[in-house]
Amino acid sequence: MAPAETVLTQGAGLKKPEDLTLLHEVAEATAGVSHLEMCIQCGTCGGSCPSAADMDHTPRALFAMLRAGMREEVLRSNTPWICVSCYHCVVRCPQEVHIADVMYTLKSMAIKAKKYTDSKPPDFSQTFVGMVETFGRSFELGLATRFYLTHQPLRLPGMAGMGLGMLTKKRMNLTPNRIKNMDQLTAILEKAKTLELTS
Amino acid sequence: MNKYLFYPGCSMEGSARAYYESLKAIQPALTMELEEIEDWNCCGATEYLSINLIPAYSLIARNLALAAQQKNGTDTVMAPCSACYLNLEKADYYMAERPALGEKVNEALAAGGLHYEPGSVQIRHLVDVIINDIGLETVKSKVVRPLTGLRVAPYLGCMVPRPDFAKRWSDHEHPSELDDLMKALGAEVIDFPMKTSCCGGHMTQIGPETAYELIRRLVAAAEEQGADIMVTMCPMCQMNLDAYQGETNRHFGTNYHMPIVFFTQLMAVAFGIDPKQAGFGLELVSAKDALARIGLKAPEEQKPTPARKKPEGLPMPKPLPKKYASGQTVVEE
Amino acid sequence: MSEQKPKIGVYVCHCGSNIAGMVDVENVRDWAQETLGKDGVVVSRDYKFMCSSLGQELIEKDIKELGLERVVVAACSPHLHEKTFRTASERAGLNPYLTELVSIREQVSWVHTDKDVATEKSKALVSGAVHRVAYNTELQPLKVPINPNTLVVGGGIAGIQAALEIANAGFHVYLVEREPSIGGHMAQFDKTFPTLDCSACILTPRMVEAGTHPNITLLTWSEVMSVSGYVGNFNVTIKKKARYVNEELCTGCGICVEKCPQKVIDDVYEAGLGYRKVIYTPFAQAVPKYPVLDRPNCTFFKNGKCKACEKFCPTNAIDFTQEDQYLNVEVGNIILATGYDLFDARRVTNYGYGRLPNVFTSLEFERMSNAAGPTGGEITLRDGKTKPETVGIIHCVGSRDKNFNNYCSSICCMQSLKFAHLVKERTGATVYEFYIDMRTPMKAYDEFYQRVLEEGTLFVRGKVAEVTNATHGPHEKGKLIIQVEDTLVGKQRRIPVDMVILSVGMEPRHDAKQVGQMFGISCSSDGWYIERHPKLDPVTTMTEGILIAGCASGPKDIPASVAQGAAAAARVLDKILQKEVELEPIRATVDEAKCSGCRICNNLCPFNAISFLDDLAVTRINPALCQGCGTCVAACPAGAISGTGFSNEQIFAQIEGLLMGV
Ligand SMILES: Cc1cc2nc3c(=O)[nH]c(=O)nc-3n(C[C@H](O)[C@H](O)[C@H](O)COP(=O)(O)OP(=O)(O)OC[C@H]3O[C@@H](n4cnc5c(N)ncnc54)[C@H](O)[C@@H]3O)c2cc1C
Ligand code: SF4
Ligand code: SF4
Ligand code: SF4
Ligand code: SF4
Ligand code: SF4
Ligand code: SF4
Repeated sequence: MAPAETVLTQGAGLKKPEDLTLLHEVAEATAGVSHLEMCIQCGTCGGSCPSAADMDHTPRALFAMLRAGMREEVLRSNTPWICVSCYHCVVRCPQEVHIADVMYTLKSMAIKAKKYTDSKPPDFSQTFVGMVETFGRSFELGLATRFYLTHQPLRLPGMAGMGLGMLTKKRMNLTPNRIKNMDQLTAILEKAKTLELTS
Repeated sequence: MNKYLFYPGCSMEGSARAYYESLKAIQPALTMELEEIEDWNCCGATEYLSINLIPAYSLIARNLALAAQQKNGTDTVMAPCSACYLNLEKADYYMAERPALGEKVNEALAAGGLHYEPGSVQIRHLVDVIINDIGLETVKSKVVRPLTGLRVAPYLGCMVPRPDFAKRWSDHEHPSELDDLMKALGAEVIDFPMKTSCCGGHMTQIGPETAYELIRRLVAAAEEQGADIMVTMCPMCQMNLDAYQGETNRHFGTNYHMPIVFFTQLMAVAFGIDPKQAGFGLELVSAKDALARIGLKAPEEQKPTPARKKPEGLPMPKPLPKKYASGQTVVEE
Repeated sequence: MSEQKPKIGVYVCHCGSNIAGMVDVENVRDWAQETLGKDGVVVSRDYKFMCSSLGQELIEKDIKELGLERVVVAACSPHLHEKTFRTASERAGLNPYLTELVSIREQVSWVHTDKDVATEKSKALVSGAVHRVAYNTELQPLKVPINPNTLVVGGGIAGIQAALEIANAGFHVYLVEREPSIGGHMAQFDKTFPTLDCSACILTPRMVEAGTHPNITLLTWSEVMSVSGYVGNFNVTIKKKARYVNEELCTGCGICVEKCPQKVIDDVYEAGLGYRKVIYTPFAQAVPKYPVLDRPNCTFFKNGKCKACEKFCPTNAIDFTQEDQYLNVEVGNIILATGYDLFDARRVTNYGYGRLPNVFTSLEFERMSNAAGPTGGEITLRDGKTKPETVGIIHCVGSRDKNFNNYCSSICCMQSLKFAHLVKERTGATVYEFYIDMRTPMKAYDEFYQRVLEEGTLFVRGKVAEVTNATHGPHEKGKLIIQVEDTLVGKQRRIPVDMVILSVGMEPRHDAKQVGQMFGISCSSDGWYIERHPKLDPVTTMTEGILIAGCASGPKDIPASVAQGAAAAARVLDKILQKEVELEPIRATVDEAKCSGCRICNNLCPFNAISFLDDLAVTRINPALCQGCGTCVAACPAGAISGTGFSNEQIFAQIEGLLMGV
């Protein structure tokens, strides 16, 4: 371990030594080989991002913060939640950093550490996953109603027309589809939940 | 007969019903045999990955394992939905790139009596198989009602041409496959600069303001370029641009009316199939006017080729010839 | 071999900690002394740096005092120090070929991570060498005369410089250039950084000098087709492509060019931004001045009609019957100064080159800013008229990017700064530069950066994500939008501009690999020619007599290219003045008594050293041509060929020694 470095950041106090390996920790937990340590801070990712305007930090800045061990700030960032997985940055990154997958890792780390600041996105994901874990298929109507009722009741009236359109045009099923071998899927997922990615 | 293991994906039975119906309608003409993967499950879209990595990949890999078991004269899995296609491809690729991931996923699959060896099936998108296996010549030969005069903005969305681990697409940013397919139907194809930009994905659900802006840019660009209609190959793109166009208009006080349909719907119509059977009418932003342009107008007369102009200004570089995965070179006219 | 084993000395080097860090040097030393004593080892020593003069003296002293007859040095690669230790032995009176070098650094300490294993492997290698060296024989190096003529391939600034240096020293040079004129890339530029002197003004005098020098045979519109021989004595075949203009008669008046009715886009000299006639000289100062007729595009060759050029030529110099000529020349040394190609900007589809008209490459911009170029030096948009009000210059296009080329192209930061200056000077436009890192390390370069800052160019630190015509609103209409993260602000920006210039990187010539193979040199994984040593020997290659200069070995600016041209020339002159060259006596010989005359080996030799004597019905090898590669040795079914220094006895003994410990 490097000599316990102290990084003073506003309000965050002294960095704990384990934070200095944050970059490594994130790389480990990411599917594929992330190449996160290869980032040259060129900003191609931040420049490519279609929704950068809504992010509190650009992806590039987030990776610099990972290097600096700013765990708290990174996990509280809205950036991973705004990422729409468009893969523009991924194919353009000159260093082949698996940026979009790192975003997934940061989301799951934020969920585990309960650090996210807006609960909508993780709840939406969780609701979706709940449907899949129950039926093996997604269920758009169930998802929409459940999610909107808890999070965006005010948006519902405006959307009623659209929802009705989707229903009358039979583009939303009233009842969920379910796979046959749900037991098998459940067994797989239960086992999977006990496993973690390390190398 | 080209045979494929078929992974429809959840939205084909719901929001993207028009995609499914039009695909079924053109399937005989394309001599495509689709064998559905028995008891496939949801790919998890972009949601499961945010929650928990190993279960997310195990969920996807169950489909791959089932497909590998079912191999039956073909090892190609064809997915028409972008997110499904990407998830399947990514799982296959990452399980090999990071053996630790492969091992964990297989440990989970074993709990359901399954196993998947990365690389044992090929994962391909519908457009890819139409272009590279069936071929544009066959497509052209089936056209009975050319889409002459219809100005089409081809919109691929992001997840098919990217990240494209298997290098199946002619380009990440401006692939020409969908353009050429539309040209084969006789449509007038506009050089749509945002053809692989993002539609907002799940942001319509969790951060609508971010999504509205992305939708607005796309619809505005298509309108600015004079498109009558957008075609897509992705259920999510279709859903966002079609179902949320109204909300977007309300949000910005705009008045866009840009219909967006699946490319298979235009193929069906060009093949002489009844618009209703091709899934027209299911869209929320009506494609009536666009249809009228081909229905009402007699095929246009061949325009005389304009006299060769003296070169004006500075010459442009020649475009880089693009290559399809099948080795065909795309010729630009 | 006598029963008496020759007296052998073993010397194990620590190489500081390079070897000693991974190999137990003392252990190897003691083991050699004890275990290999029966094989003739009479002394075994270790030393911190065997190659130092003290280390060498150690060996010399032992040879003299202990009467050593063979020496084995376990140290670095023979590549580096074989010569050092052989010369040391020679000084002490021992034939140099009785000394063997064992590599326990490159092949052991640097590639292993287990000290015990590394030590055991070192012992095995030492043992192999000890067994082998007993069978080494005294050899005398071959001396061959050096042909004083030199071939220079490529007439860019590096090649011109090399040719002039040699010619001025009084020796003959063949300067072969594939294009109609010499000058290379430098002839295309208007101004050169960092001093902004006019490129033509400084280059033309050199071109003229090369074109008129009595010691230079200038062969333009020509290419080397084949090379045989070895250092000092190369035989080269050059194709002089048909120009369809008789050089004896042509006065370079240019009337044919003026009268030719056919225009085509000039992809080479004008970088695709301008036109040229079918019969043409690429630019006004071209050397030589004779035009070239571009056969595939000529109306006469296509339809049998036209001949306007012939009709108007006052000296009857047009000759439609001319054919390609093949010349054979003999030279002692060859300098490759073939330069570079530019990265194809169309590959970065997100920058829109080839799709968006007002995106230009750096070379297009060079032509545009050149007073003799297609716009007469006016900086305009693709319409040839409109002056840009805002210009964006993008660095690192195709460079420092794992999707394209990994390396930094080293000159494009400076070249981009030059462009910013020129745009400001000529149009007063607002100029943005988008860079990842600003690389301005040479003399007066950073000062130039300061100057451009002072002129008001707006620098944005960030690699541009895309250039697009898709607008986000009316304020962007009709503009090209540069979308980038300004990394110093930490925000994404969309900057509307009228014109974009892409600073594309340098690439190896598209045919560098084939050309390299023809001359027997190899390319790095990036495709550049590999120098013998990247720091200490940058202008020679692993093949004796083949040298490289300029951008052929990697991106460089003009000063560095010129310096390399001169350095390569100095190396060649050094060889020429030695009058003869010593060749390694590692050669194959045929035992004519054993040769059955089967001729199997005859066509295998890559150096054409083997000939068949019809009268005696046996094969013979020319020792001056043979490079000792061993191909024929292995092929001969009668075992009639043996390689000096690699006899069967030596090889078997070495294997035995290697396996001793197993
Ligand atoms: C846009 C741009 C601007 C630049 N501006 C500057 C500047 O302002 N200042 C500066 O110091 N540097 C500048 N440079 C760098 C400069 O161009 C190079 O350092 C220099 O031209 C290298 O010279 P060269 O002789 O090695 O190669 P080249 O100029 O490429 O010449 C090689 C020659 O070899 C010929 N050739 C190639 N292959 C063969 C073959 N097989 N047989 C026969 N002939 C062959 C070619 O036709 C060519 O004539 C710039 C580079 C670029 C791209
Ligand atoms: S594009 Fe890649 S290298 Fe550049 S800042 Fe982003 S992650 Fe780092
Ligand atoms: S994948 Fe995510 S981070 Fe990358 S450009 Fe797209 S939205 Fe931005
Ligand atoms: S014969 Fe060919 S080169 Fe001569 S003038 Fe005619 S087109 Fe030009
Ligand atoms: S007209 Fe004749 S003399 Fe004049 S340049 Fe042409 S070929 Fe040479
Ligand atoms: S010299 Fe500058 S512009 Fe060129 S590759 Fe290197 S950093 Fe990029
Ligand atoms: S060893 Fe044989 S094949 Fe090799 S160069 Fe000598 S003669 Fe030719």
